[in-house]
Amino acid sequence: ALMGCVAGTGEGGPSSPRVFVVRRDQDIYIQTLRKLFNESHGIFIGLQRSEEELAGKSRKAQLVQVSKNYRSVIRACMEDMHQAAISTRDPALHSQYSTQVSILSAMELIWNLCEILFVEAAAAGPLLLRLLDWVRLHVCDVDNMVREVLSSENPSKHELFWNVVDVFVLQGRMDEARHLLSKEASANPTSVNMYRILDDLMKKMPVPSLGNTQTLTEMELKWQHWHEECQRYLQDGTFASNSHMESICKILLGDEDAILEKKELMTTWYHFLVTRLLYSHPTVKPMELRFYAQACMDLFLGGESSPEPLDTILMAAFEFEMHQVIKECSIALSNWWFVAHLTDLLDHCKLLQSHNLYFGSNMREFLLLEYASGLFSHHSLWQLGVDYFDHCPEYGRVYLELHIERIPLNTEQKALKVLRICEQRQMHEQVRSICKIMAMKALRNNRLGSALSWSIRAKDAAFATLISDRFLKDYCERGCFSDLDLIDNLGPSMLLSDRLTFLEFHRLYGEKRFSEAARLLLMLMTAHIAPCSFWMTLLTDALPLLEQKEVIFSAEQTYELMRCLEDLTAGKSDKQRFQDDDVESMKVEMLRLALARNLARVIVKEGTLEGS
Amino acid sequence: VWDKSENGDWHCTASWKTHSGSVWRVTWAHPEFGQVLASCSFDRTAAVWEEIVGESNDKLRGQSHWVKRTTLVDSRTSVTDVKFAPKHMGLMLATCSADGVVRIYEAPDVMNLSQWSLQHEISCKLSCSCISWNPSSSRAHSPMIAVGSDDNSPNILAKVQIYEYNENTRKYAKAEALMTVTDPVHDIAFAPNLGRSFHILAVATKDVRIFTLKPLRKELSSSGGLTKFEIHIVAQFDNHNSQVWRVSWNITGTVLASSGDDGCVRLWKANYMDNWKCTGILKGNGSPVNGSSQQGIFNASLGSANTSLQNSLNGSSASRYFFPPLDSPRAGSRWSSHAQLLPPPPLIEHSCDADTANLQYPHPRRRCVSRPLNLLPENEGV
Repeated sequence: ALMGCVAGTGEGGPSSPRVFVVRRDQDIYIQTLRKLFNESHGIFIGLQRSEEELAGKSRKAQLVQVSKNYRSVIRACMEDMHQAAISTRDPALHSQYSTQVSILSAMELIWNLCEILFVEAAAAGPLLLRLLDWVRLHVCDVDNMVREVLSSENPSKHELFWNVVDVFVLQGRMDEARHLLSKEASANPTSVNMYRILDDLMKKMPVPSLGNTQTLTEMELKWQHWHEECQRYLQDGTFASNSHMESICKILLGDEDAILEKKELMTTWYHFLVTRLLYSHPTVKPMELRFYAQACMDLFLGGESSPEPLDTILMAAFEFEMHQVIKECSIALSNWWFVAHLTDLLDHCKLLQSHNLYFGSNMREFLLLEYASGLFSHHSLWQLGVDYFDHCPEYGRVYLELHIERIPLNTEQKALKVLRICEQRQMHEQVRSICKIMAMKALRNNRLGSALSWSIRAKDAAFATLISDRFLKDYCERGCFSDLDLIDNLGPSMLLSDRLTFLEFHRLYGEKRFSEAARLLLMLMTAHIAPCSFWMTLLTDALPLLEQKEVIFSAEQTYELMRCLEDLTAGKSDKQRFQDDDVESMKVEMLRLALARNLARVIVKEGTLEGS
Repeated sequence: VWDKSENGDWHCTASWKTHSGSVWRVTWAHPEFGQVLASCSFDRTAAVWEEIVGESNDKLRGQSHWVKRTTLVDSRTSVTDVKFAPKHMGLMLATCSADGVVRIYEAPDVMNLSQWSLQHEISCKLSCSCISWNPSSSRAHSPMIAVGSDDNSPNILAKVQIYEYNENTRKYAKAEALMTVTDPVHDIAFAPNLGRSFHILAVATKDVRIFTLKPLRKELSSSGGLTKFEIHIVAQFDNHNSQVWRVSWNITGTVLASSGDDGCVRLWKANYMDNWKCTGILKGNGSPVNGSSQQGIFNASLGSANTSLQNSLNGSSASRYFFPPLDSPRAGSRWSSHAQLLPPPPLIEHSCDADTANLQYPHPRRRCVSRPLNLLPENEGV
């Protein structure tokens, strides 16, 4: 993600702001696009994990399905965005949402074409049918008009009647055109003859089939005959008295001028292209598209205007210049989402292999890295970015390492989430670093328990020791632990630091596991694990253990404790002993008494025969 | 010092006067060491600061306290830069001074920020203006520091020197000098290392320059283990048309930002063919620059936080570059011809409303778009 601070001069003199926070990739903050990012993430992961062993037709079908899934996500997002646009009262927001709908619509248009040409790689025959579907789906300006005419009382009398018929013809929707025409026929008995002939021609028009019912050659032959028949009727002047029908016949014959006359109804050059192909070259081969496309665009624009970004992209697609498509999309679109996912899909179709393009899958990785990096500046979308990095074999890991360290760890929850991700990927250095940062933060805020847990997790023995010392100092001053519950379950980490072992003792004691606590206590003292300064504290802690009904310390253990006590008191000079306050000396006395009593009891116990 | 609150606003939480001369630079230590800052000044000192978490009242009032932990007074001239070393080297920092001396200090106990010891003194012979540590923590790379000089006297001495730590002599020694940089250097920055074998260094001088330094096999010469480098200049941009003062890398070392006397911030990025290009120009207040004649501008949503969308639209230029202004809608006009900077004329507005009744989505061209957000410039990244 790119976010920076610019230190500059704002307008308005010395008191104006001097630091500006600047951010790129604003799209990730648009709420309605979240669905796009989230759902496409799922599709992306699915694709990466999909069966590579499938070959040929089944693999292709799988990839086409993935492509359709992406498109349906785009459409769903468009729907949401559209809803947002019509339900807002804020004109600026309305404008923004409308823009987004427009962009998404363009994206779906482009993706759809790429699916037909690249993913499905439709062959001559089915190619045209797919292109017809594509055009019908994306040129819906006329739907209002169509609805209006169809729902009127007397459609054939409607002023836009012929427009609608033309629309149907231009889009190859023969049945619908014929249906409308029949209304005209019934209303106008004089033209019944003309109508019947036209209707027949439209009914008989050969179209490529999707199945294997006919070969291309067969179809071409049929088409040729049909074309000639249409020609004859036109030349005979059959439709001379009705300019509308004559125009339709010309369109059926693929007459360029006749089709171009209906520019308004087609609205785009690519609609014009598909219509022309339908009526002049229905068995067009993929590789022939480029010539027709360029010619159609030139004719349609007619020198009035120059191609715009969308046109350039579509043209590049018709020319099968995949790289060009990606490049133009990168330029025209506002974030990397589109190109990253499309390129990834094309790569899975094995269309970006090095022998096709010099840059090959490097481009895929480059775009995915860009897209994922953009996600990282978002407070929750960054989690999606992690998965994208996972699937970038060359730089994914290092990008993840660098980005994940910069995620603001505002809450423990977030820190734990980030940690889990690092641990899953054996990113040990990042784990250590994050834990250390959290430990420092906690320490500074005097949350010792938290600091301790973090330092243990960081496996930072030195730091853990330091914090434990603070803990123990705290304990000695106050007589109790402040964050006792946080020291729960130290387990094997207790060995990380001697201080921690001491804390473990207290936990055991708290759980009434006295013999274990006792053993640990002794170990602490005799093995000199506990610092001398704490022996007094330790011994005092041992008091309750000595006072238990049940004898806990054995004779030997008691002797050890007594020895420790003597060591401790002997170490003090006479002067010190004199200065010791009453509490201190009383403690020592109590200990001596308790130890002696314990010794007495345990000697008796150990001396007693079992069962008697 | 500014803190970001929970709702995303920035507040100034501390402000204090301490040096007796201009403060040239301020830098953060890695958060692993706590909240630590270092500053350097014309007053010949550098200082290390730590944030103290104060009384809860202070927190509520949104104030924090910074305590000076140490003052480094070894320099006899203005200290022009201070930078902490990469965290894998421990708590270490380097300063450089106008008399050409680079000093490297270390705090052996990271919990005690008042104890720093001077570990190295490097005499660079030329007055120093900036330093940059190589962030690479790879074992293949020894600690390395780049030093820039703003020496103004007419000479053709190299104004960028690279010093490398020699494990044998336990000293820093000059490994390289960039002979092609002979103009005063104002800033210098190593890019984060992405596991590459070579280093990338950005230099702010009379223009923006990006160098790659590829370590060749370590010579087993008498100097003992100093790396030799193969140096290439991969980019040189004079678009600022004036002195370039600062250069700064993004997290992944893929985007470089530069600022210059032309009052602009420029962003530079390499595409996947490793060709560097400008991907944006910002004014001092963060808003994008007008004027479509420059290559590779991108626009809009880089407004300052409070700028409305409309304002940023007006400031954009690239959309003019990509989307011509609307005359009147005509047959065959495509979606993008309706994209423009100013609010669309009523005609389009009207059709917009009509379209909202559609169940299917109108063809892109019919949307009353103002402008797509955030265009990328030509050749951005591809």
